[in-house]
Amino acid sequence: MNANPIEGGDIVLSVQGLKKNIGGKPIIRGVSFDVRAGEIFGFLGPNGSGKTTTIRMLVDLIKPTGGRVLVCGEDVSRSPEKALRHVGCIVENPEMYGYLTGWENLEHFARMQKGITRERILEVAEIVGLDKRIHDKVKTYSLGMRQRLGIAQALLGSPKLLILDEPTNGLDPLGIKELRAFIRRLADEGMSLFISSHLLSEIQLMCDRVAIISHGEVIAVGKVEELIAHADTYTLWLLDQPGKGRGMLAADPNVRLVGEHEHRIDDAVLAGMKEAIVTVMDEDRIPGMVAELVRAGVEVRAVQRVTPSLEELFLSLTEGEGIG
Amino acid sequence: MAEWLALVQNETIKVWKKKRFAFVVLVLLVLIPVFVYAQMKIAQNSAEKFKGDWRAELQNRITDNTRALGSERIPEEWKKWRRALVQQLQYYLDHDMNPNTPNAVTFTRGYLDNSVTLFIPLMVLAIASDLVSGERSTGTIKMLLTRPVRRWRILLSKLVTLTLYVSLIIVTNAALCYLISGLAFGYQGWGEPIFTGFRVSGADVNVATVHAVPQYMYLLMQAGLVWCSAMTVAVLALMVSVLVRSTAASFVTMMAAVIAGTVLTNMASSWHSAKYLFNVNLELTDYLQGTPPPIEGMTLGFSLAMLGIWAAAGLAVSFAVFTKQDILN
Repeated sequence: MNANPIEGGDIVLSVQGLKKNIGGKPIIRGVSFDVRAGEIFGFLGPNGSGKTTTIRMLVDLIKPTGGRVLVCGEDVSRSPEKALRHVGCIVENPEMYGYLTGWENLEHFARMQKGITRERILEVAEIVGLDKRIHDKVKTYSLGMRQRLGIAQALLGSPKLLILDEPTNGLDPLGIKELRAFIRRLADEGMSLFISSHLLSEIQLMCDRVAIISHGEVIAVGKVEELIAHADTYTLWLLDQPGKGRGMLAADPNVRLVGEHEHRIDDAVLAGMKEAIVTVMDEDRIPGMVAELVRAGVEVRAVQRVTPSLEELFLSLTEGEGIG
Repeated sequence: MAEWLALVQNETIKVWKKKRFAFVVLVLLVLIPVFVYAQMKIAQNSAEKFKGDWRAELQNRITDNTRALGSERIPEEWKKWRRALVQQLQYYLDHDMNPNTPNAVTFTRGYLDNSVTLFIPLMVLAIASDLVSGERSTGTIKMLLTRPVRRWRILLSKLVTLTLYVSLIIVTNAALCYLISGLAFGYQGWGEPIFTGFRVSGADVNVATVHAVPQYMYLLMQAGLVWCSAMTVAVLALMVSVLVRSTAASFVTMMAAVIAGTVLTNMASSWHSAKYLFNVNLELTDYLQGTPPPIEGMTLGFSLAMLGIWAAAGLAVSFAVFTKQDILN
């Protein structure tokens, strides 16, 4: 941890030993990480792990019991009016005033910060692609449009850090794809993004680095690929003769067969391929194995790589801790 | 200063666009004609009975009340009040003043007297109960409090906005009442002398300090007192709105307190410490008329001080809680 976050290589957000007790119970038991300029930082944890409580402490909605949050070197609890100037955020759902129009909502939040011009409001409305409906009442907006308006609001003050809490919740697949591209564009322009999620795949697709939180504690911080490498990636085999194929796969010492109840692959992934044989093996060995199977007269219908679930990553991380 | 005004502008726009004030005006436009019609019926009725002789009517009321004083079934507290009333009516009679001349200004005066306990608090609560709890129940408070503005400034802007709307509600009440009742009773009556300065001490109305003021002056004094009473309700509603998450709960809590006040004023004459409750002190305009207070020992100064103390405490709690509270959902 850096004693002086400003000298620590452009650290935009520094969370240091954050703790929170609610009703005498420790909810957050020590959260520390740094977010650097221009990176997309993921905050991964299952529901109920303390993600939202932590995010609320980042933006001064909840006062920490211990530790501190620095944004561009300013303490969020002590001088929120300075620290929050650099932050745009959407905590949980993007809730705006439904009885005001999109434009009036943006004007409302623009009045709360110095130096936001009419031009800037127009600009952010255009950035999120809401300029056509901006003068309609927010209560007539779809969830996707509310999300856009929320982001527009967060971008108003040209923040250095954008905090999005489960931003893909409730969006359709196309919306999620657009959001990902949008987030990447913002990061390329030099903005830091802090994105929470309970889905490992989402973090994998979006983020550069990630902090993993479990039971109110950060159990790992690092590059996404490095952390994922801790857990096994599955290879699924869909064969026309599962019995024969299974025997051949089992015979290979480099292939580990995984029983039906041993893996934690999401049922949605397995839908339509119930017969699939679940294995753990090196990616390089797949072509050889396919050739072998074909030679033996076993038709290969599909081979699929499946990234581990968050649960498995957790297991491997906590096991690793236990051994190390 | 400019930033501070911008915050007040935000809050004012929100209340306005939520159509809270429009709702208040709508209620007034429906109910005031009803009251005017009722008053017209009363005036017609008494005109028929006494053939337009208001002196006879006044004399009649004095006789009625004096007779009631002789009855043993009436409790002592009620007799005190009746004795004072008789003295006051006698004063009007002796000075050849008709206290019931119906005109728009008299009607407005009577309307303000009657609306101060329930009707105006109700309208104030329509706006005040929602100020903070409305932001919490819709979740917009998360946007509001994550902007680079200190929390006390946000609450202060809400308080200033509330003060503006309370003032506007009282002015609108008086103005609409005058305009609508004028259609029935005529718009004159501003200069008519009205007696005030009654001092009730024990069973006696002390008439030594009674003097006549023009009716517009009386109306202004009334409006000022109604404002004090309404602001106390508003500030306490703001406090409840900070403490309670739902607007409905916040509204019901405050309405219950206000209604409890009117119930208590009717029955608490022997429970003396009830006078320290804010809700029995809301009927400030009664002191102008010389109506004996519900509990012995209450004076205009006492009631104003009580309301002031309650309002100050309400503000202290509101700011202390609002600036420190965790927004958990």
